[in-house]
Amino acid sequence: MTKPIATGQTILVVGGGISGMTAALEAAECGRQVVLVEREPALGGRTGRLYRYFPKMCHPTCGLEINLRRLKGNPNVQVLTMAEVVGIEGRRGDYRARIRIRPRYVNERCTACGDCARAVDAEVPNAHNYGLDRVRGVYLPHPMAYPQRYVIDPSLVGSADAGKAKAACRYDAIDLDMREETIELHIGAVVWATGWKPYDATLIHPYGYGRFPNVVTSVEFERLADPAGPTAGRLLRPSDGREAKDIAFIQCAGSRDENHLRHCSRICCMASLKQTRYVREAWGDDAKSTIYYIDLRVIDRFEDFYQSVRKDPAVRFVKSKPARIAQDAATGNPVIHGVDTEGYHRYAATHDLVVLAIGMEPEANGLALPDDVVRDSSGFIEGSADGGQIGAGSSASPLDVNRSVQSATAAALRAIKVIHQTAAAES
Amino acid sequence: MGATSTETNMADPNATALARYRNDFLKEVEERVEEGPWVKMCMQCGVCAGSCPFGPHWEHSPQKIFMMIRAGKRDEVLRSDSMWMCTSCYNCVVRCPRQLPITQIMHGLATYAHRLGLAPKLQPTRDFSLQFWDNCTRTGRVNELKLTMGVYFKDGLAAGIRKGWEMRRVALGLLKSGRLNPFELFGGHRCKDQKGVAAMLKKAREIEEQRKRAPG
Ligand SMILES: Cc1cc2nc3c(=O)[nH]c(=O)nc-3n(C[C@H](O)[C@H](O)[C@H](O)COP(=O)(O)OP(=O)(O)OC[C@H]3O[C@@H](n4cnc5c(N)ncnc54)[C@H](O)[C@@H]3O)c2cc1C
Ligand code: SF4
Ligand code: SF4
Repeated sequence: MTKPIATGQTILVVGGGISGMTAALEAAECGRQVVLVEREPALGGRTGRLYRYFPKMCHPTCGLEINLRRLKGNPNVQVLTMAEVVGIEGRRGDYRARIRIRPRYVNERCTACGDCARAVDAEVPNAHNYGLDRVRGVYLPHPMAYPQRYVIDPSLVGSADAGKAKAACRYDAIDLDMREETIELHIGAVVWATGWKPYDATLIHPYGYGRFPNVVTSVEFERLADPAGPTAGRLLRPSDGREAKDIAFIQCAGSRDENHLRHCSRICCMASLKQTRYVREAWGDDAKSTIYYIDLRVIDRFEDFYQSVRKDPAVRFVKSKPARIAQDAATGNPVIHGVDTEGYHRYAATHDLVVLAIGMEPEANGLALPDDVVRDSSGFIEGSADGGQIGAGSSASPLDVNRSVQSATAAALRAIKVIHQTAAAES
Repeated sequence: MGATSTETNMADPNATALARYRNDFLKEVEERVEEGPWVKMCMQCGVCAGSCPFGPHWEHSPQKIFMMIRAGKRDEVLRSDSMWMCTSCYNCVVRCPRQLPITQIMHGLATYAHRLGLAPKLQPTRDFSLQFWDNCTRTGRVNELKLTMGVYFKDGLAAGIRKGWEMRRVALGLLKSGRLNPFELFGGHRCKDQKGVAAMLKKAREIEEQRKRAPG
């Protein structure tokens, strides 16, 4: 691959979700040079895996599309996909970043015609759908993927399938000799936009995720509701494929909990309110949603949204954090046990499906960041003390899309400031 | 409140506490009850209430007790038999999102209520605890036979005999395997340094008194 050109006046943006794309574009549109590094084969991050997003219930494609158009038209941003930062040394204005790039086995001649995918039989878990279904081992990550270029899963390389894919390509775009490589770039500032990941629900033992098939996470539920998802948008139970009409949402699953994530993930109350709309949309007056909560944190400008859900007779609110979930052996129905806070009534409530409103954990947890990067007690990135490295979007705090974009714009401005000061010092 | 002089206060710990804390029951719990300062950390989520295996049998769950403390329901809490129902299974403690030491607080409240003379007199856990303490501190060793007899016969001779008859197989088994010595009923064996144990307990009591007197 061609190594990107970078200097001490280049900004490195790590993570190509909505925050990283925003930070990169804002800086680039101010005339700065940017290298945008994304670990996955396509940009978009977790926003691209939502069915719709609050508060306007638009499809994530609209927000992504605008950003992709800006990106394609801007020569100041160089995008590296399947790339990860493995080390950063130096200080404000003068960093050396080492970036490891995994092989895609498909080069830029790819037209995304898909002939290669049709030629292979092997299947791999579909990462875009959180592994809920499988795709062919040669795939386009999702229809909107940027770059629009197929990927060959490394497990296929060396197999007959890889050869078949190569033979099927009419553009000579498949290169099975690609190797992993590590490049080093000279840069002036770093924006960390590595985003979030869903908290590992199997660790919340009393809720039975992983043991009971009809207990799913909120991110999986987004995929179930999406026509491009594993069930083609039908709300079906994983255990038996039955229609899930009576759905429970459990708030703070893993959040606000000293045994798990100590912070409030801030978006999950709104996410569940939004998801009751999916249930309503799917089943009309047959829909039944129940939200179990400690307190609902639907902040300021979302009040209208909250009030409209409150008015929906299909949605019930129970002020209680459930103690545990059991499974009815005969039906596979999850049964929620707890005591409510408004009257201290004991309940055992049966539902078709339980959705855990899972907490947002910083994706960078478990990643070795440079020593001078400051993180809060949950691992969210504040930045480096000298200001040369900056946290943006949901890697800096659990934020929704709107606030992530604000945070990323602010981060871009700080990065530009660092570059200006470096440039002034050099001249 | 009935607290008329220092002497009566000294004699009636409940009156002393009432005079000192007036309507601030939360403060009283924070200062007087083991692990009391944790009470205000409860966010009323309900996990403990739903996690207690004895939950359905308590009048007030831990969650409710913590709210009652904050609401100043002093009498209802201290005279309640709820915290005496805690079996120390620690289910609530491992699940509480705020990591409150709930089990310890339950025992702390029970002990405090007992000291003030407010604990329900006939509560079986309280009765057993008292007999156990009395039994083991007297000789420095638990005399199991006397303890069992004491518990069986607390409701009268007839009830004691009935209970004993119900348990005869177990008793016989213990007797055969040498785990039960009928002669223990007369005196029984004691620990080697009985004086030492007594001195230790006396010292512990002193330290506790000191701590209670300390302003806080
Ligand atoms: C169930 C649920 C529903 C939600 N619904 C809504 C909604 O309706 N409306 C709304 O506004 N918000 C919603 N959100 C929040 C929304 O998902 C986030 O605000 C958004 O994803 C934040 O974008 P981001 O770019 O900061 O992070 P991400 O989307 O996580 O993007 C981070 C990117 O960085 C990449 N990356 C990570 N680590 C590295 C690395 N080491 N090197 C290189 N690249 C890396 C990742 O691959 C990813 O592409 C929801 C969240 C949840 C959990
Ligand atoms: S946003 Fe709501 S569900 Fe999410 S952690 Fe905060 S209170 Fe809990
Ligand atoms: S589990 Fe903890 S925070 Fe929740 S009600 Fe019980 S004591 Fe309070």
